[in-house]
Amino acid sequence: MGTTLPILILAIPFAMFLILGIGGVKMSRKLAGILGICANGTLAVLAYIVAFTYFFSGDAAFILDGVRQQVQIFDVTWLAFTERMVVNIGFLLDPICAMMLVVITTISFMVHLYSWGYMEHEPGFQRYYAFLSLFTFSMLGLVVATNIFQMYIFWELVGVSSYLLIGFFYKLPSAVAASKKAFIVTRFADLFMLIGILVLSYYVSHTPADGPLGGASAFNFLMLNSNPGNVLASTVGATFMGGSVLTWAMIFIFVGGMGKSAMMPLHIWLPDAMEGPTPVSALIHAATMVVAGVYLVARFFPVFCIVPDSLTFITVVGAITAFYAAVVACAQIDIKRILAFSTISQIAFMMVALGCAYNEPVEGVHYSGLGYMAGMFHLFTHAMFKALLFLGAGCLIHAVHSNNYTEMGGLRKYMPICHITFLIGCLAIAGIWPFSGFFSKDEMLAAMFSRHWFWGAWMTMVAGLTAFYMFRMYYMVFWWEENPKYRESGHKPHDAPWQMSLPLIILALVSCVAGFIPFGEFVTFNGEPYHIHIEPSVAATSLTVAVAAIALATVMYAKKNPLPSKIKNLWPGLWTAANRRFYWDEIYQFITHRFIFNIICRGIAWFDRHIIDGTMDAMATVTQWCSVRIKGMQSGSIQTYVIWYFIGAVLLAAVTWICIL
Amino acid sequence: MLWYLVPSVIMFAAGVYGFCTRKNMIALLISLELMLNSADLNFVVFNRFLFPGSMEGMVFTLFAIAIAAAETAIAIAIIINIYRAVGNTDINSVKQMKF
Repeated sequence: MGTTLPILILAIPFAMFLILGIGGVKMSRKLAGILGICANGTLAVLAYIVAFTYFFSGDAAFILDGVRQQVQIFDVTWLAFTERMVVNIGFLLDPICAMMLVVITTISFMVHLYSWGYMEHEPGFQRYYAFLSLFTFSMLGLVVATNIFQMYIFWELVGVSSYLLIGFFYKLPSAVAASKKAFIVTRFADLFMLIGILVLSYYVSHTPADGPLGGASAFNFLMLNSNPGNVLASTVGATFMGGSVLTWAMIFIFVGGMGKSAMMPLHIWLPDAMEGPTPVSALIHAATMVVAGVYLVARFFPVFCIVPDSLTFITVVGAITAFYAAVVACAQIDIKRILAFSTISQIAFMMVALGCAYNEPVEGVHYSGLGYMAGMFHLFTHAMFKALLFLGAGCLIHAVHSNNYTEMGGLRKYMPICHITFLIGCLAIAGIWPFSGFFSKDEMLAAMFSRHWFWGAWMTMVAGLTAFYMFRMYYMVFWWEENPKYRESGHKPHDAPWQMSLPLIILALVSCVAGFIPFGEFVTFNGEPYHIHIEPSVAATSLTVAVAAIALATVMYAKKNPLPSKIKNLWPGLWTAANRRFYWDEIYQFITHRFIFNIICRGIAWFDRHIIDGTMDAMATVTQWCSVRIKGMQSGSIQTYVIWYFIGAVLLAAVTWICIL
Repeated sequence: MLWYLVPSVIMFAAGVYGFCTRKNMIALLISLELMLNSADLNFVVFNRFLFPGSMEGMVFTLFAIAIAAAETAIAIAIIINIYRAVGNTDINSVKQMKF
């Protein structure tokens, strides 16, 4: 493969960002929309060609003896700090990258198409498309990064573009607050990531160039991933608080991923990010932003495996987050927030799968590829059905003009397309055969059970909760009791225009068939094909749990009945706590406002105002005082000047004369 | 050599004194020329007695005289304009350029 296609894949969205961003104000909405959609359609086709060539061409560069290779299509030196610390910009093609190219461009294309209908009447339509292109560009740059530093650059770009899009309705104070929150929280996490990168590259770059790691750049993924043992050896002897330095470095890098992927306790930005336009939420939650953390762990997987403590950390964080988010999702009223928490829960599911991909060493091999493959598989299927659910939610909001399910109910008669596609999405996320979520979730659970039965059981419970809250929302929106407002007012809710319905149908079809893709043939941790086989006991367990949860949801919510409020009133405190997201925002508010702002920042502000500003003010005051005193000497009388000049000259001559003597 | 420098010093001192005391701008200009000429005289004298083989001091003086002539023309022009504006040539009547 030449370098033309890969460069085009990065260049098209960036060019669209510039064209729409600079020239957008001069364009009509229609032209901007068509330009954005066409550019993204082309981009998707190019990405499919690249992925298809990589997976199916059989080229020896891509697949050698049945093992898929990691190929750097190009890798240009950009910044050379030292001989070993060299930052390159390049394009790394390997199974997960090819898979992500397909996912990102597909979802981005769907979102572009959908936005044409959804954002039709919004001011700033052209700006919106420009930001979407920037978002696509940053995410594509992130997945093709050849080194951790390039990834970090695009990682920050993803943060910036999410900030711009979440705050798209910048006249709403809540949107502004949400975008600031998302940016600050993820930036805070990225600080840790930067520390991790610096620690890692410091130790790697201080090994001799003729050593086992060779003279390659200390940031390069291929070098780090192909010699994880030597990376560990380069940090040997250096410990910090009982852990090896490499463990700490990897945990710090993962904290960056926790920020982007909204793991606890850095999840607080994600529910608020719902303030952005709904298609943006689909893009953030399905294909970009939040999967960046999962992708980071997958990208660095061999190095994570060499320090299993970091994988344990990932597993624990993921398991707690998955359960927490699932519980909170059961008590939300805003449908976008339910979906937001389900995203947090599902992303955490992938994290646990990756964390469980480590096994005790058997004949020197540390990892079983199952969890890795399953995590990536779920990333793929989840992207499709979560985009479907968010776009469906967008249709509902478009029809009802409210985010809350209390304003909905009984919509199945009015919006048949939205109803069917939404149901398919719910079945997929609940893990019902034959929808895509079943297959990926089954593989993940099998991997967790093979690591330890506890993780398997815990995550099966989370899967049951997922099925329950998804169907709770489904029944509350489409069944329950028809909202009397539809009949009374002349405005009946109806299905969305074709630009919005078409992506729903396409994504629903993908969600129906994606499970049958032999994913293990394409994406595995070491490039060798893995044959997926359904584990009967695991599949039966998860299916039973999911069906039971759906049955429970049906009993409680299919028709209007007093059962839900009775259960709610059993433990009203619990419901309120879950509804308020277990007070995490309040805790953050308390720590930042009461403690950091009040105590630490007040001291800093005093120092700034009195010491730093005071010094500057004093300098200015003294200068001014002096100039007021001496300004009378500038009398305007030329003869006075001459006398002063003459006196000065005589004095200088006298001084010179004395010095010479 | 000293007998040549004494008139130069006297000329210069007279120029400074005149520049600082007179009120008429034409008188100021004359004092200025006096100072300039004393400097020219110094050039010639030092060239003649210290470096008899070379001609630089002489040539430099010729240049200085030519430039002084041009400068005097400009000064006269400025004085005429001031006279038109304020009606006299008193140096104390143009004190506006101050703080």
